[in-house]
Amino acid sequence: MKIEVQLFAGARKIAGSDAVWVEVPDGSDVSGLRSALCSAHPGLAVLLPGSRFAVNLQFADEQAPLPRDAEIALIPPVSGG
Amino acid sequence: MIELVLEPINTEQALQRVTSRRAGATVLFLGTTREFTGDRRTLNLDYECYPEMARRKLEELEAAARNRWPIIECLLIHRLGRVELGEASIAIAVSSAHRQAAFEAAQWLIDTVKQVVPIWKQEHWSDGSSEWVHPPSGPEPAPSP
Repeated sequence: MKIEVQLFAGARKIAGSDAVWVEVPDGSDVSGLRSALCSAHPGLAVLLPGSRFAVNLQFADEQAPLPRDAEIALIPPVSGG
Repeated sequence: MIELVLEPINTEQALQRVTSRRAGATVLFLGTTREFTGDRRTLNLDYECYPEMARRKLEELEAAARNRWPIIECLLIHRLGRVELGEASIAIAVSSAHRQAAFEAAQWLIDTVKQVVPIWKQEHWSDGSSEWVHPPSGPEPAPSP
């Protein structure tokens, strides 16, 4: 299935876009998405290890499923405050 | 109360909004734009966020703080967009009957905002370069409320 991943800050700058589409096998979890994103956009490799993913506005662990139509975002290390 | 705003934070208003006759203590924390980081000079900052998630996280943090401390009023304001030197990018105002709760809650809130709320800053340096700040230590588990 194809998954749209929203990108912010440094990740958006690296990809040159505020969202990318990534192909992952059906039934993939967050870790599968992480690998697929890294392969499809190698420039993101510098940020991915420290980044988390959000699924429907909540941080998701690596084993979390990726429901169809979920809102998915890459959350690089935050620097607000 | 939480807010994401584009305009400068009115700190006087922020204080008034948490002031209460039931309070014996009101704490206001401001995070402000620092000119020097080591020997590098900052011109200004730009903040961006993942709006829906940032709002949700800020609301969760307020709820967690209210659950842990006897807070009377609590206000979290984070600024977005361009923030100039000396200006506040965040204001956290907490009132409580006694000072310990307000101090502790404000400290926990700013520490936790810096770990879990999807907001990012871009440094614009005096040498003309710019960079998004992604602390290299990586994400840490939030201190439990």
